[in-house]
Amino acid sequence: MTGPGRVLGLDLGSRTTKIAEIVAGVLDRFEVFDTGPGSLDRVRARLAAKDYAVAAATGYGRFLVNAHLDCRIVTEITACALGARFVRPAAGLVIDVGGQDSKVIRLGDGPGPFADFEMNDRCAAGTGRFLEVMAGHLGFSLEEFGRAAGEAGQAGEPIALSSMCTVFAESEVISLLAAGRDRKAIALALHRSVADRVYPLAARFDADGEIVLAGGVALNPSFVKVLAEKLGREVVIPAHPQIVTAVGAALVAARES
Amino acid sequence: MSDDLFLRDLGLDVELHHRFFDTIERNFQKTVLAQKGRPARLDYFDGVIRNAHGERVREIAARREAGDKFVGTFCVYVPDEIVLALGAIPVALCGGTAASIPYAEKMLPRDICPLVKSTLGLALSNTCPYGPIEDLAVGETTCDAKKKTWDLLARDGGFHVLEVPQKKGPRDRELWHDEVLQFKARLEELTGRTLEPAKLAEAVRTMNGKRRALARLNEFRKESDPPISGLDALVVMQGALVDEPLRFTERLEALNDELEDRVRRGVGVAGRRAKRIMISGCPSVMGNWKLHALVESAGAIVVCDETCTGTRYYENLVAETGDGLEAQLAALADRYLRIECSCFSPNDERLASVVRLAPEFRVDGVVQYVLQYCHTYNIEAVAVAAALKEAGVPSLKIVTDYAEEDTGQLRLRVDAFLEGLLRDGGAA
Repeated sequence: MTGPGRVLGLDLGSRTTKIAEIVAGVLDRFEVFDTGPGSLDRVRARLAAKDYAVAAATGYGRFLVNAHLDCRIVTEITACALGARFVRPAAGLVIDVGGQDSKVIRLGDGPGPFADFEMNDRCAAGTGRFLEVMAGHLGFSLEEFGRAAGEAGQAGEPIALSSMCTVFAESEVISLLAAGRDRKAIALALHRSVADRVYPLAARFDADGEIVLAGGVALNPSFVKVLAEKLGREVVIPAHPQIVTAVGAALVAARES
Repeated sequence: MSDDLFLRDLGLDVELHHRFFDTIERNFQKTVLAQKGRPARLDYFDGVIRNAHGERVREIAARREAGDKFVGTFCVYVPDEIVLALGAIPVALCGGTAASIPYAEKMLPRDICPLVKSTLGLALSNTCPYGPIEDLAVGETTCDAKKKTWDLLARDGGFHVLEVPQKKGPRDRELWHDEVLQFKARLEELTGRTLEPAKLAEAVRTMNGKRRALARLNEFRKESDPPISGLDALVVMQGALVDEPLRFTERLEALNDELEDRVRRGVGVAGRRAKRIMISGCPSVMGNWKLHALVESAGAIVVCDETCTGTRYYENLVAETGDGLEAQLAALADRYLRIECSCFSPNDERLASVVRLAPEFRVDGVVQYVLQYCHTYNIEAVAVAAALKEAGVPSLKIVTDYAEEDTGQLRLRVDAFLEGLLRDGGAA
């Protein structure tokens, strides 16, 4: 599938940028850094320091990079599908909870890179950004937030959030805090709320094979647990879930070399 | 008289009108006019769009001075033939711009489809030049948003609502035939004229001629490398809803001749490798070029529109019967009842049409277009997707309004859908 030399895949996400480097069909190196303002210059500087044959870009910043650097572009749907097949050959369904959106891709066994996909509506509900904002409201870092959700459940009655909208959920969280509810229980409820949002997208597909979770949210074990409970299926986490899509972009680049 | 004076004389808010129409014009330039290699005879149809709020209004105003009536409509269910046969002028007044929506939201809730809000916003903001010259507005009951909006507008009078049934059984046919008769009576009262069989026959020929010309245009879209883009075919369709029908047909046949010549010379607009897409679902009325531009700027070509600005407008002719007014009106009503709007339950005929059109236009995939909050098309999309899947045709559903804010997300969905259609399994 890959040609000789070093090929690069760039995934310019809304929150973080990922670069994966593949040499002779093997993932050789990768890096993850904040996207933020001025990201084009940082990407450019990093690429200038590398010796590579070809690159491909994906993610929300793909058009920006494409206009300034010599690389081809591919959507994150195709890239994520190719990357998931590469890191988990038995994958049947890929769930990618990203910073700005979440997507579910059914890989299928047809000639195309994937068979079908679903994405969330145009808002932050059901995304990594939602969890990030809510962690902030509870006064947790992202790691503490996931850990807190994992420790909840033993004491007191569980909390069910009625709102999936980031803005309304925020008021709900503030009310719960004001009512003296346990932060850990609220953290768990917030994780479940994202899983509830992802569930209908995934449940629309009957897929054989593994369910693979990609994206930065996969690094949060509490989220993985609530999602698996909701789906009633095992959810497989690849070795470096946040770079699955960057790996897929590198595979697209490899076809060129 | 300058356009400004003319619009001011109509009592419009001229400044706001210009602000809206500058937005539409910019959009038109960015999407339609930015295309390369357009057929030369599209000039006329570009003019129809640009003159819709200028020359066309003056033309209608002049005919009113001479005693004819002007009828504004909002749906392809209104039998234009009756209006034309009584010497009145029908024009579809649906809004396709986001600019007027805030003016509708002063009155209506936000969660209503953009087409209804845009239309009402143009009326409420005093920027629609057709408003002041309208002798009758004709609404219909094809969705809840329209129905209840008509109730609000009809309070001032000058409004007629056609009841479109929800099923297509014998009772429904009876109801619809009666609605058409009532419409005829209302129009006779408005114009002070009596519907004559010869005049109705002539109007039927006029409208059938227009439908045939549109069908011919769409035949060219079946070519391996179509001589006209989907965006340009849409511009022609949008023009069909406002222009004088005989003139429109004559100009369209001239364009069709040019397209025929292009096909003969092998001149296409997208290349043989471009993915062929059908857009199915909600209409794209004047001012709304969003989805077609999105699909075609991604390198694909829209070859078929299974919408009210597509097949639902031009398919099925009115039977040209010579057996007196009653038979003529029955034939007319029957043709309109065949329209496959998602307001019908069940609507299996539409599913069959989508499945029939896909191979007819050799489409690689279907994009189901749902205007946000259009529940009937949104829910029917489930059945359409299933029918297409069974026929082996991939589909993608896009739900959106007229605003530009979601372009990035839509771009991703459309680009990914097109990548998935690649027959060699590679990325674009």
